[in-house]
Amino acid sequence: MERRKFIGRAALAALSASLGTEIVFGRNLPKGYVPLALQHPDPYKLFDKDKEMVLLNDKPWNMEAQAHLLDDKVTPNKYIFIRNNGLVPEGIDVNNWTLTIDGESVHKEKTYTLAELKSKFKQYSYQLTLECGGNGRAEFNPPTKGNQWTIGAVYCAEWTGIRLRDVLEDAGIKKDAVYIGYHAIDQHLSRDPEKEPISRGAPMAKALQDETLLAFKMNGEDIPLVHGYPLRLVAGGWPASVSGKWLQRISIRNKVHDGPKMTGDSYKLPCNPVAPGVEVNEKDMCIIESMPVKSLITHPKTGAMILNGKKLDIRGHAWAGELEVAKMEYSIDFGATWQACPIEKPANRLAWQHFSARVDFPKKGYYEIWSRATDAQGTSQPMLIPGWNPKGYLNNACQRIAIKVT
Amino acid sequence: MENKSTKFRGSVRGTYRLKFILWCFIGVITFMGIYLMADPTLSAFKGQAPAETIVSITDEDDYDKIENGIHVRTGFIDAPGLMETVNNCTNCHSSKLVIQNRMNKEGWIATIKWMQETQNLWDLGKNEAIIVDYLVANYPPKEMGRRGNLEGIEWYLLKE
Repeated sequence: MERRKFIGRAALAALSASLGTEIVFGRNLPKGYVPLALQHPDPYKLFDKDKEMVLLNDKPWNMEAQAHLLDDKVTPNKYIFIRNNGLVPEGIDVNNWTLTIDGESVHKEKTYTLAELKSKFKQYSYQLTLECGGNGRAEFNPPTKGNQWTIGAVYCAEWTGIRLRDVLEDAGIKKDAVYIGYHAIDQHLSRDPEKEPISRGAPMAKALQDETLLAFKMNGEDIPLVHGYPLRLVAGGWPASVSGKWLQRISIRNKVHDGPKMTGDSYKLPCNPVAPGVEVNEKDMCIIESMPVKSLITHPKTGAMILNGKKLDIRGHAWAGELEVAKMEYSIDFGATWQACPIEKPANRLAWQHFSARVDFPKKGYYEIWSRATDAQGTSQPMLIPGWNPKGYLNNACQRIAIKVT
Repeated sequence: MENKSTKFRGSVRGTYRLKFILWCFIGVITFMGIYLMADPTLSAFKGQAPAETIVSITDEDDYDKIENGIHVRTGFIDAPGLMETVNNCTNCHSSKLVIQNRMNKEGWIATIKWMQETQNLWDLGKNEAIIVDYLVANYPPKEMGRRGNLEGIEWYLLKE
C-alpha cells in the first residue's frame, strides 16, 4: 500500500513536470495557495501593488512607497510597503491553521483553530500605524547595512481581529511573564528548515494593550498573503517587525524573547548615544520599543511648480509611536521660521493623524517645505539626521519636498 | 541435423520476438495506467492546448551577458571579482541587497562574518579576499554629510 502510494506520487511528480501541473491540478489547490512559488517576475502583479512603488529587493521581497502615494487617510494595500526577512510562505492551509500559546510562563499550553479564535473572542478594529524600524536608513552617514529605505516604509491601515490579551489570558499568564515572542511559518532564505527568519516580540505591557491585535483582516478584507495571511500580530507604534506575520505560535516568556532579530544589533540602538561609525558592543545595545515622532507631506508630490501669487495647499500625516502628536508645523525657509498648522485627533490611539495647511510664498524661487511634528511630551523631529546607530534605525528627520514658484 | 537446428533457432527467435512485443505492450499499458492516475480526465489532450511552458534556452554567453559595464542578470558592475561575487553572494539573497549598500573593507568583512555566523553562509576560502576587494572597489561609502540636497526631483506643473 505504502509502496503503491509512493509509486503513485513519484509518477505524479514525474508526469506533472512534463504536463503543466498548474492546469491539471489547479482545481485541487487549497484556497489561498499561491502556486507560482512566488518567483513571479512581476512583484507588482504578484502582490497587487501600484507601479509607483519602489522595489528595493527581490530576494527577499522588499518594496517601499513614495510620500505622495501615502495620501489616503487609511492606506490601501497597493501603497503598503513590503518588508520580508525570509521567503513568503506557500501553500497556506487555512482549514488546518492553528495558533498555539506556549512558553515558560503560560499556565497551560493551548492550541486554537482559526475558527475558534474568530468565534470565541470579541473582535475589534483599529487604525494602526506600522513603520519599519529602518525607515529612513538611506540617509545615515556613514551608511549602515540593510535595505536602504528612504521614507516610504510606513502606513496606517485598519486592522480587525481579537485582542492578544484575551487569548493570552484564556491560556493563563504566570506571574513571572516578561515578554511574548512570536513564531511563524515563513522559511529562512537559506531554506534551512531549522532556521527561523525572524521571531521577535514585545514586553507584556505592550502585549496586553487594547490595541495589540491578532488580526484576520486588513482594511475589511482577508490580510493579503505578503502581509501575513491568515493571522498577524499587530502592535501599532512599534517597529513593524514586532507585528509578526503568518503566526503559528506565541510563547509567553519568563525572560526577554531571544528569537532571531531580537539579539545582536537587530532592532537595537546604542543605550547611550555614540559618534557616527563607532563600533558598539552587543551588551551596550538596547531594544527599540516605541517609534519616534515623525510626519510626512503626502500632497503635493515633490517637484511641484506653481505660479507666483498662488497659494499652495499641503497635507499629510504625523504619528508618534505610543504617543499622540500634539503640534504640527511647517517651514518654507529651511527651518528659520515655522508656521503652526492644525493637526486632527487620531481615529484611535496609535493611528496616524492628519494635517493640512495653505502655504503662501513671498516671491519667485526654489523652496523646500519641511514638516515638523511634536509629540505629547514635547519632543520634535530633528531637522538633521538624528543619532547615528550601527543598523541605521529611527531616522525621523523632517521630511522635505521641493517647490518652484515661477 | 542442420534443418533441425535452423528450426530450433527460428522458434527461439520467435519466442524472443513475442517476449519483446509483450514487454512493449506491458510498458505502454503501465505508462497509460500511471498517466491516468495523474490525469484521469485526460485534460492534457483536450480542447485548447493547456498553457505550454515555453522554456527558452539561453546559451552560456547570453546568461552572463555584460552590457555597458553591467552584468545584466544581476546588475553588478563588471570588474575583477564579478563572477566570484555573483556565485557566492546571490544564492540566498538578491544582488539588489548588495548593490544598495555602501561599506568600507571592515564593513563588508563584518557583513560576511555575520552571514557566516547567523545566515548559513559558507566559508568563502580564497574567494573572500577577491569578493571583498570587488565590493570595496565598486560599492564604497559615499560621503553624504549630515543631510544632502534633495536629488532626482522631477518637476511638474501643479494644477489645482
